[in-house]
Amino acid sequence: MSGVKSQRRMLLISLFSALMLAIVPLPAAIAVYRPDWVPIVLIFWSLMTPERVGLLTAFLMGLALDALSGALLGQHAFAMVTVVYLSVRFHLRIRVFPVWQLSVTVILLLIIYEFMLFWIDGVVGRSVPVIERWAPVVSGALVWPLVLSYFAGVRDDTQTRV
Amino acid sequence: MNAVGGNGGSFGKGSVPLGLRFIIIAIVSGSLMLLDHHESHLTRIRQVFSIVVYPIQVAVNLPFAGWRLANQAMLSRNALLDENALLKSEQLEADVRLQRLATLEAENDRLRAMLDSSARLSDRVLVVEILAVDLDPYRQRFTINRGLKDDVYIGQALLDADGVVGQIVRVDHMTSEVILISDADHALPIAINRNGLRTIVVGTGDSNRLRLPYLANSADIKSGDLLVSSGLGGVFPSGYPVGRVLEVLRQPGQSFAEVIAEPLAQLDRDREVLLVWEADDEAGGPTSTSIAEAQ
Repeated sequence: MSGVKSQRRMLLISLFSALMLAIVPLPAAIAVYRPDWVPIVLIFWSLMTPERVGLLTAFLMGLALDALSGALLGQHAFAMVTVVYLSVRFHLRIRVFPVWQLSVTVILLLIIYEFMLFWIDGVVGRSVPVIERWAPVVSGALVWPLVLSYFAGVRDDTQTRV
Repeated sequence: MNAVGGNGGSFGKGSVPLGLRFIIIAIVSGSLMLLDHHESHLTRIRQVFSIVVYPIQVAVNLPFAGWRLANQAMLSRNALLDENALLKSEQLEADVRLQRLATLEAENDRLRAMLDSSARLSDRVLVVEILAVDLDPYRQRFTINRGLKDDVYIGQALLDADGVVGQIVRVDHMTSEVILISDADHALPIAINRNGLRTIVVGTGDSNRLRLPYLANSADIKSGDLLVSSGLGGVFPSGYPVGRVLEVLRQPGQSFAEVIAEPLAQLDRDREVLLVWEADDEAGGPTSTSIAEAQ
C-alpha cells in the first residue's frame, strides 16, 4: 500500500517537473533541442500504469502545456491524447520489448506527436521551420534511456504486479 | 484495450471502451482548437487555465529571480560606489539634455497651437518584468508579470530604453503574452526619421533582423537610416525609435528593394521593459483642458 502511495507521489512530482522543464529558459542556440518532456513522461507512465495514467491525464497535461506555451488551446492536448492512446492501447505488447526496441517505439510516438503539432500549425497557418521541428525527437531519444533508468524501480514493481 | 477497460474500474473508466474515450476527447480538443482559432470565444477558459498554471511559471522563474536578488545583495561596496558615480554623471548629462528638451517642447506646443493641431501628450508608462519562461522556440514571444489586474490591454505597446519592443497579444489575470517586433507574424508602421518616408517593417523570426518589404526600388533610403514608429496603426505611440537600416539591396528588374534593418531595442537581452498607456485614453482629459485654459 505504501508502495502505491509513493508511486502516486512520484507520478505527481514527475508530471509537475515535466511541465517546469518544458518552460525553463534555455540559451537560444539549444532551445529548439528541448526534449518533449511532458509526452516522454506521460508515455512512460501510461505504459507502466495505464489504469492510472490515461487519456484524461494526457488531455489535462496537454491543456496545461497549451496555456503555458501560449499555443492554440487544444493543440498539445490533441497530440498528447493521440500518443497516449497508442501507448495505452498497445502497452501490453510494448512493455515487454527489450530496451532498444522500446526506445524505437518511443521515438516513433514522439515523431507522431511532433507531426500532429506540425500539422495543426500548418492548418492554422502558422509558419514554422521544418527542419528544427524534428530536433526534439532527436533529443527525446537521447533522454529516454535516462527517464527509464530514473524510474527503474517503478518499472520493476509493475512488471512483477502484472 | 480490454485489459485496461476491464481492470481500471476505479475511475469509472470501465464502462466506456478506450477507443470511444479517445474519440470523445479528440473531438473535445478539436472543437477547443476550432473555437480558439476563431478568436476570443475562449478567453475566459484560457484565463482560468492561466491561473492554474501560474504557480508553475512562478516556480520556474523563482531560481532566476533569486539569482538576480543574490547578485544584488552580494555587490561589493566599491562596485556600488562606481555605479553610483557613473549614474550621477549620466543623470547630469540627461538633465542638461532635458533642459534643452523642455524649451523645445514648449516651443513645439506653441507652434502646434498656432497650427491648430492637437498637442502631443506625454504617455503613462510602467516598468514590467519579463518572466524567465520560454514559450514556443519558433516564435518571438515572451510573458510579462502584469495582467488584467494592472489594466493591461491587448494591443498595448512595450518599449525599452532603446526602442520599441513589441505589443501585448494576450492578457490573463497575472500575466500577459507579448509578441516582439521581430516575430515573423508582426508588422509595424514606421517612418524614416531622415525624410519622413512611411512604410511598414516586418519581423523575420530572428531577434536581430527586421525586413522592410514594401519599399520601391527608387525609394530614398540608405543604410544607417533611423526608423521611428509613425503611430499610424494606432497601436504604437509615434516617434519612438524602432530600428536602423543595415543594408539596402536594389536589383534592377525588381520593383521592390530588399531592405534589412536591425531593431534598436535589446529584444533578446531585456529583463525589464516599459508598458505604455497612450495619453489620449485617460490622461488626455485634464491635459487638453489645461492647454485650453492656457490659451
